[in-house]
Amino acid sequence: MKTEKLELVCPAGTPAALRAAVDAGADTVYCGFRDATNARNFPGLNFSREELGEGIEYARSHGSKVLVALNTYPEAGNPDPWHKAVEDAADLGAHALIMADLGLLAYAAEKRPDTRRHLSVQASASNPDAINYYKNTFDVKRVVLPRVLTVPEIAALNREIDVETEVFVFGGLCVMAEGRCSLSSYATGQSPNMNGVCSPASHVRYEDKGNKMVSKLGDFTINSFKESEAAGYPTLCKGRFVTQDKASYLFEDPTSLNAAQYLPELMEAGVTALKIEGRQRGKAYIAQVVAAFRKAADAAANGEAVPPLGLERITEGQRETTGAYNKRWQ
Amino acid sequence: MTTTHLNMGPCLFNWAPEKLKDFYFRVADEAPVDTVFLGEVVCSKRQPFFAPEIPEVAERLMNAGKRVIFSTLALVMTKREMALVREMCEMEGMMIEANDLSACAQLSGTDHALGPFINIYNEGTLKVMEQQGAKHISLPGELSRHSLSALAKVATADLEVQIFGRLPLALSARCYHARSHGLAKDSCQYVCDKDPDGMDLDTLDGDPFLAVNGIQTMSYTCANLVGELDDLQNMGINHFRLSPHDTDMVEVAKIYRDVLDNKLEPIEATEKLDGLMDGIPFANGFYYATEGAKAKGAIADFGL
Repeated sequence: MKTEKLELVCPAGTPAALRAAVDAGADTVYCGFRDATNARNFPGLNFSREELGEGIEYARSHGSKVLVALNTYPEAGNPDPWHKAVEDAADLGAHALIMADLGLLAYAAEKRPDTRRHLSVQASASNPDAINYYKNTFDVKRVVLPRVLTVPEIAALNREIDVETEVFVFGGLCVMAEGRCSLSSYATGQSPNMNGVCSPASHVRYEDKGNKMVSKLGDFTINSFKESEAAGYPTLCKGRFVTQDKASYLFEDPTSLNAAQYLPELMEAGVTALKIEGRQRGKAYIAQVVAAFRKAADAAANGEAVPPLGLERITEGQRETTGAYNKRWQ
Repeated sequence: MTTTHLNMGPCLFNWAPEKLKDFYFRVADEAPVDTVFLGEVVCSKRQPFFAPEIPEVAERLMNAGKRVIFSTLALVMTKREMALVREMCEMEGMMIEANDLSACAQLSGTDHALGPFINIYNEGTLKVMEQQGAKHISLPGELSRHSLSALAKVATADLEVQIFGRLPLALSARCYHARSHGLAKDSCQYVCDKDPDGMDLDTLDGDPFLAVNGIQTMSYTCANLVGELDDLQNMGINHFRLSPHDTDMVEVAKIYRDVLDNKLEPIEATEKLDGLMDGIPFANGFYYATEGAKAKGAIADFGL
């Protein structure tokens, strides 16, 4: 089941980032429409229909593919924006649609059967029975694995399923099972599943308390920084909280994922594609990260050691983790 | 008028087997609930402790006229967890509540229930699940009145909403109870048993925020839809879930039953429930499409 060459799946939040990713060697680029149909519904981000059409054309002319993320859960009583997004993405020539909602998968399978369906990480399919269910019911061709599995678990999983797997290797890291988390809406009323946002900027405040800077999400303090510390963005699960009279980053430190060292093992485990997180990132970041992972993936394909990526300076909080791939993380 | 049903959801916390057994025996004998959900939903490591007691507990509940539904694990990652789910789904003649798509896969084609860990956000998904045999669906706590109402309009399955208890908000591969105690998940010493209602998680300012329950993160506030029961019934939702807490759950059930039977006003009920919850504030924000932590209407004075 060993993979010969890993496909590099790269993020694009803007047409400029899409071109940067393609130019830097992305095999595949994923993006979304400018509305709540995808899980990076941030102001100033994403694609109009026209921009997506041009982006797909650019990618195709350079030998790359474009995937369209429709990975939020359609609102009850309001399916049209999601259904229209399926139709439009298929019409514009998207290579595949990345979806999580069962109803939307059913719609796409029925109405646009010829456009590949990928299962979004937001569906959090973490075991063979769940994955085979999506394959058998909606003919899903690829599943993006939730960030809860170790490398040996991924290898075992791939032996029991007949679907391509794609795994996150770099960028922001959900520490909760994706698509099954309402922490953001508990504090702000807006969630990844329903609104396509987590810890939205519209609900973030920084309060200067003299000797410290406090970051808040809605009514809740997420972190507090001394004057000497840089005040990070208050993503809820990367906050500092108190349990048993102890303050700590209980859920996760403000780190980002870097699993470059696991590339050879992920190939061995039968993984098809590597995913880089970061549709909210600018084109310079995208260009740098994609180029580094292009080299790393090519080295792994040639059986060579994965070279140092040189990305230390652009990672969130300057710290990295290999996340759930290593069992000690649990 | 349609009959309304109070149901006792699965116990989400790590209670000692004896305590859990006593709890269910008392529910069997005294609580005005129609359906009782049994089974470990949160952590597979806890599962072996109560498993030997389940046949006796189920029998006692059924003899008392309760319908028993078995709830499966919400996060299924390992082979052992997969086997546990398969084993439960293969039980003859029992209704199973799926909390993960792996269980849905096993149960497709037979009558079954869906728990709140299955993402039913819209009519399209509801239809898919009903076609596969879902007859009783406990909806996610994040849904607003608008969504609940839209789903209720088209549902053929019985829809249920959690009206009492801390709300499940997230699941993780990581155990935060163990992590808080400086332990790894593999050698957790089952420390989640120290907190029968979950472990308080405060902000750095000392404000209560969330509750930790092993790999699960819950609301600090206790959901309380006592003031929304009429509204829910008017939209066609008649099953109401109570999520067990370390308090007099028989009394909790009686209070809600009295409200459903128009013997008690929501405000009075809230005062009584407040006395039973030892200062844990109430919330119903998700219902009103706002921050889930907020309290509106009948419980407004009992919020965070």
